[in-house]
Amino acid sequence: MGTHSMKVFKSMILALSILGLAACSSTGDEEAAAQTADTSGIDATTAAAQRAEAERLAREREAQQRIEQAALNTKVFYFDFDVSEFMASDRDVLAIHGRNMAANSGTRVRLEGHADERGTREYNLALGERRANSIRDYLVVNGASLSQIETVSYGEERPADQGQTEAAYRLNRRVEIK
Amino acid sequence: MKSVFQILLLGLVFARAVSAADLNIEITQGIDNPIPIAIVPFTWEGANAIGEDIAEVVSADLQQVGEFRALGRANMLSMPDEAAEVYFRDWRILAQDYLLIGKINHSPGSQLVQVQYEFFDVTREQKLVGEVLTGSVEQLRDIAHEISNVVYEQVTGNRGAFSTEILYVSAEFISPDLTYYRIEKADYDGHRSQILVESQEPLMSPAWSPDGRQIAYLSFETDLPRIYIQEIGTGERRQITNFPGINSSPVWSPDGTKLAMVLSKDGSPDIYVMDLMTNQLTRLTDHPRVDTEPSWTADSRSVVFTSDRTGQPQIYQVPVTGGPGGFAERLTFDCFYCAKGRFLPDGKNLVHVRRETREDNSYGIAVFNMDSQRVITLTDTSLDESPSVAPNGSMIMFATKVNGRGILDAVSIDGRVKFRLPSAQGDVREPSWSPFLN
Repeated sequence: MGTHSMKVFKSMILALSILGLAACSSTGDEEAAAQTADTSGIDATTAAAQRAEAERLAREREAQQRIEQAALNTKVFYFDFDVSEFMASDRDVLAIHGRNMAANSGTRVRLEGHADERGTREYNLALGERRANSIRDYLVVNGASLSQIETVSYGEERPADQGQTEAAYRLNRRVEIK
Repeated sequence: MKSVFQILLLGLVFARAVSAADLNIEITQGIDNPIPIAIVPFTWEGANAIGEDIAEVVSADLQQVGEFRALGRANMLSMPDEAAEVYFRDWRILAQDYLLIGKINHSPGSQLVQVQYEFFDVTREQKLVGEVLTGSVEQLRDIAHEISNVVYEQVTGNRGAFSTEILYVSAEFISPDLTYYRIEKADYDGHRSQILVESQEPLMSPAWSPDGRQIAYLSFETDLPRIYIQEIGTGERRQITNFPGINSSPVWSPDGTKLAMVLSKDGSPDIYVMDLMTNQLTRLTDHPRVDTEPSWTADSRSVVFTSDRTGQPQIYQVPVTGGPGGFAERLTFDCFYCAKGRFLPDGKNLVHVRRETREDNSYGIAVFNMDSQRVITLTDTSLDESPSVAPNGSMIMFATKVNGRGILDAVSIDGRVKFRLPSAQGDVREPSWSPFLN
C-alpha cells in the first residue's frame, strides 16, 4: 500500500511538472510572436497592438488570480470511504494552497481531519489524522514548510452532517483547512 | 455490611455532583425459560414513607440479566414481610421457585433506614439468607442492588454486578457551532447519572481505574486530543500527555500501575505503555500503519490492539515486555473489519466490533472463542461499537444508533438477553463498565 501510494504520488508530481512546462512554453511562443509583429508594423499599429497585448496579459493575470482566489477559498476536501489519500481532482487546488504558503511564510494553517461514523471511534480518529497528513504532505511538496502546519484529527466526533445517509457520510469524510 | 458502609462514604462525596437526566432501561429480548421468582413489595415502618421501591429495583435488576422472571404483584396470594408470615404453598401454587420478602424501618428523626430482607427456596421450603442492611434514604437503591447481588449469587453461583456503575459520553447538539460533550457516570442500569466532565470540545474514551476511584479520558479542550486523569470523588484532574499528534485510548492495566495509550508522535499511531509512577513510556508497536484501541489481558502482561497493517483493521496481541521489536500475533482473520478487541474475564473469549464483508456494511458486536475458533455475533443493529464487559463477564454494554440517535444497549454474552438504556436527550456513546466497586 505504502509503495503503491508513493508511486502514484511521484507520477502525480511528474504530471504536474509537465503541465507547468507546457504552460510556460506556450506563453513564450506567444510573446515571441508579439515581438515579431512589433518590429514589422507602423507606430499606431504597434501602439494598438501593445495595448491589446497589455490588456490580454492583464486579463490573463486576472483570470489566474481568480483561479488562485477560488482555490484559496476552497478549504474543505472530501475523501472516499476508508481512504486516506485526497482526491486526484483536488491536486491543483492544494498545489495553489502550498505555493501560497511558500510565498507567504507568515501563513499558519490548521488541518482538521474527520471520518464518517462507521467503524470504531478510535480507529476513525487515526483515519482522520492520516487524511490530514496526506494533505499536509502535499502542501509541503508544493513549498509549504512543516512549521506552518498543525494537524489535528477529530475522528467521527464532529460530523458536518448528523445524518446516517451516504450523502451525509460523504460530507463527513473531510479535511478542513483553518 | 462493609460494602454498604463504603457506599455511604461514596454517597456523601457524590452528593454535590450535578445530576443529569437518568437513563431508563427497556428489556428488548429475554430467554425462553427464566427462573420464576416472587419479589414481594417491602413494607415501610416508621417515619414518612419516601424513597425507592426496593422490590421494584430488585425485580428490574434480576430481569435485566435475563435469567429471572418476577411474578406480577397483582397475582400474589399474600404479601408477607417476615418469615413467620410465609406460607410456601401460596408460592408453590403460583409455580414460583424463589421468594424474596422484606421491610424497611425508618426511626423517626433518624438519618438512617434499616432494610431487613429474607430469601427463600420455595421448593425446599428453606430460608437461604436473611440480613439487615443499614444506610441513608438516598442509598435505598444501593441497598436494593446489594440484595440483587445476594439473590443472584445464591441462585446462579456467580457474583452479581448490580452494584456496578457505567461511564459514558453524551453529546447534546445545540447548533452547528455548539455541542455540549459530557462524561457521565451512572448506576449500571442508567439511574442516578452525574456529570463528571463537561466541554464544548469533544470528549472520548472514558476508562475506569481498577479501583474505581479514577477515570482517564481524552479531551480536546486545548484544541488537541490529550489524555487526562480525574479523581471521581474530588473532581481533581491532571493532563498526563502532551505529545504531538494523537494522544488517545487510555486504558489502565488490571494491576493499576500502567496506562496503555495511543500516540502518533513518531509519525503514525502506535501503542505505548506509561508507567504511572515514573511517567516512563514504553513503545509496544512500531508500524507505519495505524495501531490503536489497546486493551489489557487479565494478567497485565499483554495488550490486544487494532491494526490495519494488512490493509483493513484486524486484532493483534503483543507482550508488554516485548518492546517495539516484540512479535505482534494476529488474532482475527476471517472478517473484513475486526476492531476494538477485549478479552472476557475468562481470557478465552475475545469481544470485538465486527464487519463480516465489505458488502454487508454492518458493524456488530461479536465474541470470538480462541479455543474453538468459533464466532458468535451478538447484535443485529448495524452501527454497533465500544463494547464494554461487566466485571462478572455476564453482559456486554455497547453503543449503537437507533433512529439517528446514539443509545446504549446491553447483551448477555450468549446473545440471548438484551436490554436498552435510552437517553433522555442527545446522543450517548462509549459505555465503560466499572470494575466491582464493593
